[in-house]
Amino acid sequence: MKKLYDSLFYLITLICAVGTMIMLAGIIISIFNEGLPLFRHVKIWDFLFGTFWYPTHAEAEFGISTLIVGSLVVTLGALVIAIPLGLGSAIFISEIAPAWLREICKPLIELLAGIPSVVYGLFGMALLAPMIRQLFHLDSGLNAFTAAIILGLMVLPIISSMCEDALQSVPKALREASLALGATRWETITRVLIPASRTGVIGGVLMGFGRAIGETMVVLMVAGGSAQMPKSIFQSVRPMTAAISAEMGETVFRDIHYQSLFAIAIVLFIITFGFSLLSETMGRKR
Amino acid sequence: MVKIKTSNLNLHFGQNHVLKNVNLEIEEKKITAIIGPSGCGKSTLLRTFNRMNDFKDDMKISGSIMVGDQDIYLDKIDLSHLRAKVGMVFQKPNPFPKSIYKNVSYGLDIQGKFSKSEIQAKVEESLCAAWLWEEVKDRLHSPAMSLSGGQQQRLCIARALANSPEVLLLDEPTSALDPQSTARIEELCVALKQRVSILIVTHNIAQAGRISDYTAFMYLGEVVEYADTSQMFTVPKDKRTEAYLNGVFG
Amino acid sequence: MRRKLNAKLGILSLYVAIAISIGFLLIFIFSIFYKGSSVLSWSFLFSAPRAAMTEGGIWPALVGTFWLSFLAVLISVPVGILSAVYLNCYAQKGNWVSLVKICVNTLAGIPSIIFGLFGMALFVNLMGFQVSLLSGALTLAVVSLPIVINASYEAISSVSGDFMEASYALGASKRQSILRIMIPTAMPNILTSVILVTGRVAGETAPIMFTAATFFNRQLPRSVFDEVMALPYHIFALMTEGTHADQQVPIAYGSALVLLLLVLLISGSALILRYQLRKKRQW
Ligand SMILES: Nc1ncnc2c1ncn2[C@@H]1O[C@H](COP(=O)(O)OP(=O)(O)O)[C@@H](O)[C@H]1O
Ligand SMILES: [Mg+2]
Repeated sequence: MKKLYDSLFYLITLICAVGTMIMLAGIIISIFNEGLPLFRHVKIWDFLFGTFWYPTHAEAEFGISTLIVGSLVVTLGALVIAIPLGLGSAIFISEIAPAWLREICKPLIELLAGIPSVVYGLFGMALLAPMIRQLFHLDSGLNAFTAAIILGLMVLPIISSMCEDALQSVPKALREASLALGATRWETITRVLIPASRTGVIGGVLMGFGRAIGETMVVLMVAGGSAQMPKSIFQSVRPMTAAISAEMGETVFRDIHYQSLFAIAIVLFIITFGFSLLSETMGRKR
Repeated sequence: MVKIKTSNLNLHFGQNHVLKNVNLEIEEKKITAIIGPSGCGKSTLLRTFNRMNDFKDDMKISGSIMVGDQDIYLDKIDLSHLRAKVGMVFQKPNPFPKSIYKNVSYGLDIQGKFSKSEIQAKVEESLCAAWLWEEVKDRLHSPAMSLSGGQQQRLCIARALANSPEVLLLDEPTSALDPQSTARIEELCVALKQRVSILIVTHNIAQAGRISDYTAFMYLGEVVEYADTSQMFTVPKDKRTEAYLNGVFG
Repeated sequence: MRRKLNAKLGILSLYVAIAISIGFLLIFIFSIFYKGSSVLSWSFLFSAPRAAMTEGGIWPALVGTFWLSFLAVLISVPVGILSAVYLNCYAQKGNWVSLVKICVNTLAGIPSIIFGLFGMALFVNLMGFQVSLLSGALTLAVVSLPIVINASYEAISSVSGDFMEASYALGASKRQSILRIMIPTAMPNILTSVILVTGRVAGETAPIMFTAATFFNRQLPRSVFDEVMALPYHIFALMTEGTHADQQVPIAYGSALVLLLLVLLISGSALILRYQLRKKRQW
């Protein structure tokens, strides 16, 4: 009787684990399964490098280079904002703030990292965009610049908390050794601490990149949405996630437009997968 | 009366020959001490008696071990039943992160064949037998982790006693405790020999001398000498035993 | 002199960085609170939207978000914990386990919109659940699964082997030791992560866009096959659909404040729980 329950329990855990793996493999399979048939109609080259995204025209074109560029502009812009601020805050919290302040900061940052992205999107759309429009005399505040600011704000807590962990893991003795040799606090930070925690910091940046490029709601609401090659950061762009989420509702199950959106998802998946593998191997080396 | 009998017992961990041809007869309701330098296989030997080595990778065992009239390495052996019958207490006190009461009732709970009142009676009886009842009777439902180290170790003994074991295996039970708690557990062992056969591994030669009836000296996986404690401590037969007892190595 | 100046400027730049970061985040949170609180009231919370979304409250969206998150966690938590048990206690250690762990980690980093597409392809279309509470909850369950597995795996691995050994020595089988010792000991840590995941799931928009959410539904869901309103999607829809922006934006702020408070409450309680646990941890 007991033996039976033991085997039954084993079986249940096995089913859960295998089921989970199937589910997770299913994600990859399903996006490839739905997306790959596109390439019966469109050449991969034209898809990746074509500059026209006219999925609903009579003479439909499926070039996503403008969408990729849109994603990259917004993501890189976000990182340009978030890396110095995040790293600077992390160093401040880890090296300068007194212990009690650090104890408060850490959970606060974690709370901030949990704020839903749609709330950031609302803030960007209703408050920041009009300000940007006035400030720079633009026709619309919904553009790559605004989206980058909001995204930067969003990944800031993530980058900061990963950098903070990395700095905290540097042995105290190293700091003291450097200070004892007559280095100033700033020199200790730049010459000893940052090099020593480099892999963790890079891991944080990679993670921030992955989060930013995969973020949907913010760019959907704030980036403007035109599938065009931006000539300046104040132009409206249509990042990949925005295209998928904005257009999926208009498609018919398994028509060519539907397939092209899944094909974008494949590209997005490959990018984020590459980055998480990269940060995984970085973590391994540490 | 012989309680445990091993015949030509050999045990390997991978390539490592850890127990070499052990032949022992452990007397019933006596205290048998196992002494020897660290790494000689004392814990491993002890753990063959309730098959706790089974979890280790690459373990190979040959020969036989009889507990009572049962060969415990037969395939059809019910391990739960064996381990209830042969209780074990570890070096570091390791009560579960549960209440005192739940710790003691655990062995009975999992057997699932006792009523609540039977369990309650058995818990009290076991705590009494482990000399803990007076100290904890007013806080049976507070966490076991709130007890002192010595109390925790006696709780572990009570926990094993609740299963009504025939044999109690103690693996250096006092090495993590202060002298006072150690003395109390030594006295407890002597008292418990009324009801169970006790096998105690110890690093402390004096402890073996104080409480045990028989002593086995192990060296590099062999049982070098096995005799009446008083006899071994006065006239050891083997030179290695003598050297160990005189503190030449260890 | 030069060195001293550099050091001063460097440290100053850190103060500037933290001040800008905190300032940024404060403005953000303050503006949501400020604009949201002006519409917040009991009737806003407990009544349905009216007049083409320009008046009324968010009750159906709150209920929808509750059911979506509750069902998602209800599915993913047991499955996640049991999978972690399998990986930790039964699977042969080695390549297979590390492969699974790499997969789980990778999946934790996949953009949520991809989960949304997957949910649409599998649950909505292939399995025929349509756009429904069920499809949405299943999709969100898959979103949270990698997180739950990772957290449970960590929590379970940190249970001391001594406890398991003691349990075996008392005659417990592996199943009994897992169910009575390992999981209860790991439970507080698992629970913290489960609460954090619930907060995250409640705020997700992209996974439910095509699987569960509808812009307007006066009625509360009557079965798992109904479409539902959901708070995050409601905010998005108010900002991007409909024609009365000036009336819809305040409602969106109100909804955002409610969502923000909800999520902060949930994850805040998880953090407090974790703090308490660390303080009184005894083993
Ligand atoms: N799981 C294991 N795998 C391989 N070798 C082991 C294992 N456990 C113990 N050993 C080896 O068995 C020998 C005896 O160990 P042990 O019985 O713990 O010694 P003692 O308790 O006398 O100090 C040691 O040499 C140890 O290295
Ligand atoms: Mg030992």
